[in-house]
Amino acid sequence: MTHDHNPGRRIGETLLAVENISLAFGGVRALTDISFDVREHEIRAIIGPNGAGKSSMLNCVNGVYRPQQGTIRFAGQTFRHMHPHKAALMGIARTFQNIALFRGMSVLDNIMTGRNLKMRCGLFLQALYVGPNRREELAHREKVEHIIDFLQIESVRKTPVGRLPYGIQKRVELGRALAAEPRLLLLDEPMAGMNIEEKQDMCRFILDVNDEFGTTIVLIEHDMGVVMDISDRVVVLDYGRKIGDGSPDEVRANQDVIDAYLGVAH
Amino acid sequence: MHRETAPPAATDAADTFPRLLLGHARDRAGRTAIREKDLGIWLSWTWREVAEEVRAIACGLAAIGFGRGRTLAVIGDNRPRLYWTMMAAQALGGIAVPLYQDAVADEMLFVLENAGITLAVVEDQEQVDKLLELRPRFPGLEHIVYDDPRGLRNYPDAPLLSFEDLLRRGHDHDRDHPGFFEAEVAKGHADDIAVMLYTSGTTGNPKGVCHTHASLIAAARGDVEFDGFGPSDEVLSYLPMAWVGDHLFSYAQALVAGFCVNCPESSETVMTDMREIGPTYYFAPPRVFENLLTQVMIRMDDAAPLKRRMFHYFMAVARRCGATLLDGRRAEVPLHDRILYAIGRFLVYGPLCNVLGMSRIRVAYTGGAAIGPDLFDFYRSIGINLKQLYGQTETAVYVCKQPNGEVKLDTVGKPLPGVQVRIADSGEVQVRTPGMLKEYYRRPDATAESISPDGWFLTGDAGFFDDDGHLRIIDRAKDVGRLEDGTLFAPQYIENKLKFFPHVKEAVAFGDHRAACCAFVNIDLGSVGNWAERQGIAYSGYTDLAQKDAVYALIQECVEKVNEDLAREPHLAGSQIRRFLILHKELDADDGELTRTRKLRRGFIAERYRQLVDALYSDATHCEVEAHVKFEDGRSGVVRADVKIRDARCLPAGPVHRQAA
Repeated sequence: MTHDHNPGRRIGETLLAVENISLAFGGVRALTDISFDVREHEIRAIIGPNGAGKSSMLNCVNGVYRPQQGTIRFAGQTFRHMHPHKAALMGIARTFQNIALFRGMSVLDNIMTGRNLKMRCGLFLQALYVGPNRREELAHREKVEHIIDFLQIESVRKTPVGRLPYGIQKRVELGRALAAEPRLLLLDEPMAGMNIEEKQDMCRFILDVNDEFGTTIVLIEHDMGVVMDISDRVVVLDYGRKIGDGSPDEVRANQDVIDAYLGVAH
Repeated sequence: MHRETAPPAATDAADTFPRLLLGHARDRAGRTAIREKDLGIWLSWTWREVAEEVRAIACGLAAIGFGRGRTLAVIGDNRPRLYWTMMAAQALGGIAVPLYQDAVADEMLFVLENAGITLAVVEDQEQVDKLLELRPRFPGLEHIVYDDPRGLRNYPDAPLLSFEDLLRRGHDHDRDHPGFFEAEVAKGHADDIAVMLYTSGTTGNPKGVCHTHASLIAAARGDVEFDGFGPSDEVLSYLPMAWVGDHLFSYAQALVAGFCVNCPESSETVMTDMREIGPTYYFAPPRVFENLLTQVMIRMDDAAPLKRRMFHYFMAVARRCGATLLDGRRAEVPLHDRILYAIGRFLVYGPLCNVLGMSRIRVAYTGGAAIGPDLFDFYRSIGINLKQLYGQTETAVYVCKQPNGEVKLDTVGKPLPGVQVRIADSGEVQVRTPGMLKEYYRRPDATAESISPDGWFLTGDAGFFDDDGHLRIIDRAKDVGRLEDGTLFAPQYIENKLKFFPHVKEAVAFGDHRAACCAFVNIDLGSVGNWAERQGIAYSGYTDLAQKDAVYALIQECVEKVNEDLAREPHLAGSQIRRFLILHKELDADDGELTRTRKLRRGFIAERYRQLVDALYSDATHCEVEAHVKFEDGRSGVVRADVKIRDARCLPAGPVHRQAA
């Protein structure tokens, strides 16, 4: 990967801060007292072994899970817990570890669903395709076409998603998240199960999204090479606890992190 | 040639490309000149708008120091702005040099240096990255103008300039220097060099073929008159801009005839875009027609049984009478076949043409390589007027074409008006054509080698005229060799026969100065893979599939059919394929085994696979090899395989009874 971290990229104020989050499912403590922050325009990675609580962390941020303790501060507002609808309205979008697209719908329609929150016309007008709805639909379509162009999936625009290869489906999912024009994009293992070429493409797209749209990105990823290459700062979780936080180099040198990944004799 | 230095009397004499453009802007100002699909929508520009754009670009180029006699590189997919840039460069008396957009940086370096490029206009970040990578080694490059700004925001300003900035500077320059553009266009001469097209070079470095306005316009005018192209024609420009075929078809002929050029959205969407546009004139190398047919056949194999039977039934009807009907010889076809063909057109051929985007095609050409009989018959039988032509970069592809109604599979047609063709004693085809190159750029040695003192271009192809006055090309003159017993050996002729089978993607024949002819075969992964799936053969990838015994049996059948064909030709019967093997990897341009236009680099392949060639000429039944491959991300690795070798049945020379064809 030949990505130059451009020192001039405008990393700004704190956009998201999670403070002392604890989450338990009955007796299982998924997250214990986790705090970290994400600054505007940065790429923040969450890493950790299987079952470390990475996906649970994302689910707390966009309100799918309700943590028992702690607060989430996003764009200046503080929440005891998020609500998924509220999160979406405030500009948090996400992709899923297992692809969650409408398999029978075309790429275009799938990405169009990402615009749902931005649509103003009611069901009745939408069914007619006249007047204000027509104008609105055209404007949305243009946005979607920009995303299709951006992700270079023009050739499959009208293909049902279920017929596409896995790597492209992942890209479509990213496209749907982008269609909501998010401020914060949560990516849950965007590169899982990809081959090296697909991974490189996806890295490129993530960096481009960050660069072109200034979107803040939190991503979970297992591939260390990828994480170290593209993220600005890294949080490391293990058994629901935070064991490291800092730049890729700092994290790499952290003894706790090395132990968690390589195992340590007890 | 004698030329007056006085300013040309009539600037509206349409003898340079910029003047042709201004002529169209005046005569058919409101007609669509070019379209491009962007964000899912076809955008169009009229001739007047194109002339305005070209004017702004030309002034912009002048503002950053470009001018008469200098060279300008154009790199990217077929984009209107890149075509306009070539027009703008020519308007200033400069020379446009389109480069292959998929070439890697090192391949570009040679051309950039050789052509003395100081200014490059490129499509996007991909090309900018390549040029920036070369910059330390090639400091002469002063400006890089890019069209698509994506990903380039944080790049250094220094040599980079956005197309919008160029246009802005152009508008300023135009305002400050009124009349500048007109004066520059008026200074142009028909025998200025208009464009340099680099030949892919099967041996050695590429050479820059210099064409003047006069030669290209003469060739294009000849083509346009021959087939009657006019302003209402539509073409799809999707072949590399650096290739002479695209240059003539999407640039020279479009400017001469004033027809509309359509630029697809991306290289992957060509099929869809072609269907949307419905071009009336189409030009493609045989492999494109082959890919299309392979896709059709694969989809037909997967279709429901009823549809499949209908398809095969009506295709049999079409093979029987389609081509004859296309030639307008209705009387020769029995009435019931004519009725069946009409039904077939409604049920099969029409929908098929529509899917291929060929419903409106009046004339389609193929050239550059031999086309298979099945392939050629297929298109003609469903009513597409596919014809063959012959020419090379150096002759602006203006040598031979098949006239309507005189289309034959194994010839390339008759010499075009104004063209003289002679066959040298060595069998080499030599031509004199209005489309003759001026010279190879800075290569007087190569120019002298290729153009005889009396003005004939030596094509290097071996061929002869048949009884109807059609030219027939058999091979490259230098490749035609002899077996040890003196039998004529034309490798490409044999390879082409093999490649005509859909299961065979590439073939390499050996035999010069050897006891017998032997061959390497590359299977077509799509076609053979599909076949294997239907046979229930599991495979992990190309290498695995290639070495299956069942696949060998499949290919053996093809090889033996070729032998059957060869046995029927008196001169070539001795060069039947004795032994063959299926290569464990696909031949690839990235590994240097093919040129960018997918021609074999014979010498290189023979050297690289020496082990395998030796094994072919021994008694071995298999051979272990390893090959270095370059992956698409630039890393290299090693592929190991145990390659099997098989014997093929050869037939005695003379007529062979064939089962009902």
